[in-house]
Amino acid sequence: MLLEVTNLNTYYGHSHALQDMSLTVAPGEVVALLGRNGMGKSTTLKSIMGLLKPRSGRVLFDDREITGLAPFKIAKAGIGYVPEERRIFPTLSVLDNLMMGVKGGKIDKSNPEAWTIEKIFEHFPFMKERTHQKGGHLSGGEQQMLTIGRTLMGNPKLLMVDEPTEGLSPIMVKEVRDVLRKISQSGIAILLVEHNLKVAMSVATRVYLMAKARLGFAGTVAELAANPEVRAKYLEV
Amino acid sequence: MDASVAMYVAQGIHGLAYGMVLFLVASGLTLIFGMMGVLNLAHASFFMLSAYFGYQMVAWTGSFWAALLVAPVITAVFGILLERFLLKKVHAFGHMGELILTVGVSLIVLDGVKAVWGTESLPLKMPPVLEGLVQIAGMQYPIYRLFIIAMALVLLGILSLVLFKTRLGMVVRAAVSDAEMVNALGINVPLVFMFVFGVGTWMAGVAGVAIAPILTVFPGLADQMGMDAFIVVVVGGFGSLGGAFLVSIIGGLISSYGVQFLSQYAAVLMFVFMAVALAIKPKGLFGERD
Repeated sequence: MLLEVTNLNTYYGHSHALQDMSLTVAPGEVVALLGRNGMGKSTTLKSIMGLLKPRSGRVLFDDREITGLAPFKIAKAGIGYVPEERRIFPTLSVLDNLMMGVKGGKIDKSNPEAWTIEKIFEHFPFMKERTHQKGGHLSGGEQQMLTIGRTLMGNPKLLMVDEPTEGLSPIMVKEVRDVLRKISQSGIAILLVEHNLKVAMSVATRVYLMAKARLGFAGTVAELAANPEVRAKYLEV
Repeated sequence: MDASVAMYVAQGIHGLAYGMVLFLVASGLTLIFGMMGVLNLAHASFFMLSAYFGYQMVAWTGSFWAALLVAPVITAVFGILLERFLLKKVHAFGHMGELILTVGVSLIVLDGVKAVWGTESLPLKMPPVLEGLVQIAGMQYPIYRLFIIAMALVLLGILSLVLFKTRLGMVVRAAVSDAEMVNALGINVPLVFMFVFGVGTWMAGVAGVAIAPILTVFPGLADQMGMDAFIVVVVGGFGSLGGAFLVSIIGGLISSYGVQFLSQYAAVLMFVFMAVALAIKPKGLFGERD
């Protein structure tokens, strides 16, 4: 397994925000984490990333224990995190935003697999014309692309993406979905938190459903598709 | 040359020099706040501490230059120790803990300097080469104040180069808007914090030694500078270096001309300025956050 989360427990003050959460992601696999709002999906990603310190449980990445390490160490281990609120650097140019994702500041030219600015431009052509524009001047959809591009520049083995289609127009939602598919085809594993069931089921092969800070259901996309009661219980409002 | 024009110019030079010193203190304060969300209330105490260290260096070596070089570095080491071993510990308890801690440190510094150096004003002699006046285009200027202005401009230049032309500067600017995100991208943010804290207290230290020959060294030094630097950071916009620079210059000129023309109101002019500026732009002139 690339990522192995076992019985993770996280608290916000006294509130037990994540309860015995377990999940796995295999190399190159796309896994979706679904559930209604406030059920612990983002908390799961933040706990894996070290942005929240889990009180108990284990996170193994590449067979290495990374539980509760500083976020920059977890990023260096190979996990890329694309946060829910996008969080681009508004005062930095598009190019500098991308360069912020480069680990150690130097693009690895010797490795043909490594992400370069040119490759990012192939995936996101709009950035090419706007390299020197401030990140804060981009539209919501463009900012979402920029955060994904920024994280890719760090050559992650696993990309954790939190609600990438939230608040986007239907056209942009499709574009984000296509980008996620392309990233997956390049061999990067994805752990995707999504509220848009259609998007999730069209990119992922396996799903985890969460309810009330816990894991509720785990299975393949086909199993979820064939199981309307599970969908009604965990997803439909 | 008309005597009143000469007086305006002299007062302007005084104001600029004070504004530059103010900027050296406020720039560190605003960067530290921008990155860590901590208003370091001990920042001006480091400024004062450095002035005392400078006084001591001059007493030992007789050299102003040695004081200017060494005292700010020692001050920066104290700043880094505060960040590493104290601020980090209370971070988990939120901003209130950090505020209380820095107030505590400022009280310890205040009583510390009183215990070591006493409460009277100590003179710090400027080097002979910077004494007196220089004649430029028929006007006389105090050399020492021109020196302060030039030194601050050089430091501002270096700081801008690092901040806007290097990777480290880019990381600092990014961390000013979202330090947690920078951390999640694989950059050792705690190390960057330490660096910024060190540079910030170093610049406050340079300011402390630089202003000592003008104001002398006394335990009230931190209060005066602390309040003005705080106003600069608020009005300039939290985390904005450009804002801090502009407002420092305006603030320096306000206090200088204020003493000349409105001496009975001089003490409150800066606050009036702050109130007016914030009424027009509540987030500060260049601010992005509340």
